[in-house]
Amino acid sequence: MGPNITTFVMFGFVQTSIMAVEFDKGVVVGADSRTTTGAYIANRVTDKLTKVTDKIYCCRSGSAADTQAIADIVSYHLDFYENETGEPPRVEMAANVFRELCYNYRDSLTAGIIVAGWDKRKGGQVYTVPIGGMCVRQSISIGGSGSTYVYGFVDANYKVGMKKEECLSFVTNTLALAMSRDGSSGGVVRLGCITEAGVDRHVITGGDLPRFYEG
Amino acid sequence: MSSIGTGYDLSASQFSPDGRVFQVEYAQKAVENSGTIIGLRGKDGVVLAVEKLVTSKLYEPGANTRIFNIDRHVGMAVSGLISDARQIVETAKIEASNYRAQYGTAIPLKYLNDRVSMYMHAYTLYSAVRPFGCSVIAGSYEVDTPVMYMIDPSGVSYGYYGCAVGKAKQAAKTEIEKLKLQDLSCRELVKEAARIIYVVHDELKDKQFELELSWVGAVTDGLHERVPADVYQEAEKFAKAAMADDSDSDTEDM
Repeated sequence: MGPNITTFVMFGFVQTSIMAVEFDKGVVVGADSRTTTGAYIANRVTDKLTKVTDKIYCCRSGSAADTQAIADIVSYHLDFYENETGEPPRVEMAANVFRELCYNYRDSLTAGIIVAGWDKRKGGQVYTVPIGGMCVRQSISIGGSGSTYVYGFVDANYKVGMKKEECLSFVTNTLALAMSRDGSSGGVVRLGCITEAGVDRHVITGGDLPRFYEG
Repeated sequence: MSSIGTGYDLSASQFSPDGRVFQVEYAQKAVENSGTIIGLRGKDGVVLAVEKLVTSKLYEPGANTRIFNIDRHVGMAVSGLISDARQIVETAKIEASNYRAQYGTAIPLKYLNDRVSMYMHAYTLYSAVRPFGCSVIAGSYEVDTPVMYMIDPSGVSYGYYGCAVGKAKQAAKTEIEKLKLQDLSCRELVKEAARIIYVVHDELKDKQFELELSWVGAVTDGLHERVPADVYQEAEKFAKAAMADDSDSDTEDM
């Protein structure tokens, strides 16, 4: 893995802040928007919330190229599944397909992915697929380089049974904190709320981001 | 039989002039000579029952069973050539296990049925192979819903509330049609299934048989299992009592 790190820095590394939270009727996903190549911000309005199926999204962190390719492949598999069976794939299945790819190619991939979505069987669900190819369901998950700065905040402020609006502001606050401390996260906050009805996307631009102590 | 001597029955890859594939029909005959199997889909599960004909007294009890586990939640009862059936069972097991490896969840029977019936159908298309001489009934219980399918040697399959295959399928179907399947629970269905197998069994032609019973449903927590010994004995007792009542009323009529 050693020599590859320079390669990632050369070709776009999504040093990121991403997160997802389950609530009673769905999930809220969120991400910052910074993509860097070394010290250079290659894209300051990146969309790291990537659609996999109509009601399943993934939050990408790690190599931009790797995670885009994985998301495309999983999306292909799940579309094929829906065509073959006539039923929309479940979030659990999507997470397992991500896990299978990330585990089998663990030596050549740098990808930390959060899979989140809604299905009829289990409602809103969040699955974490970190580097190495594990897969675990969590009611809340944070990821990317920025997440290390906000674990304490999340532990202190996450409450079981939050409503949609509470989740949205909780995600916004967490990401704003992560972005202000982490040099490789920044830009705008992108949010998505996935429920039975579909997906609601929001953007919170720089001026509207919540501000905290910055000393 | 119209097919014999015409030369159109030598290969599965050739139609007869009137549009039939005789090799497939012969395979169906192989099933019609086999012991009867039935599947009943009730309100809270599926029950499978088999009349396993015992051709020799020298066999151990429980030899050559005809009910199989495909996955934890799927059971399969087979009729016809047992060796052909075992290959279908193997194929189904592989499909179920591949699905689990790929998606991390249990295979829906609808999907498994599609795959297995496609596999059986493929063996009706080529001159180098012969069709499978067996029919299978697969049952499962998924998200509080019982599901059941039957596949025949042509590769055709349908979902059923109740179905019967084998020697006495007509008599068995007549009995099944009398039941209100959607209202019956697994425990009731096991008794009915045992009764039907006993009623349709032909003592004169086939002396010995073993009754096989399995179920999958709320009562087993969604797992396909052979019914426990006490349930089995109760069902068998019920079946024998029903037989006795039946012959009593026959004599009264006379």
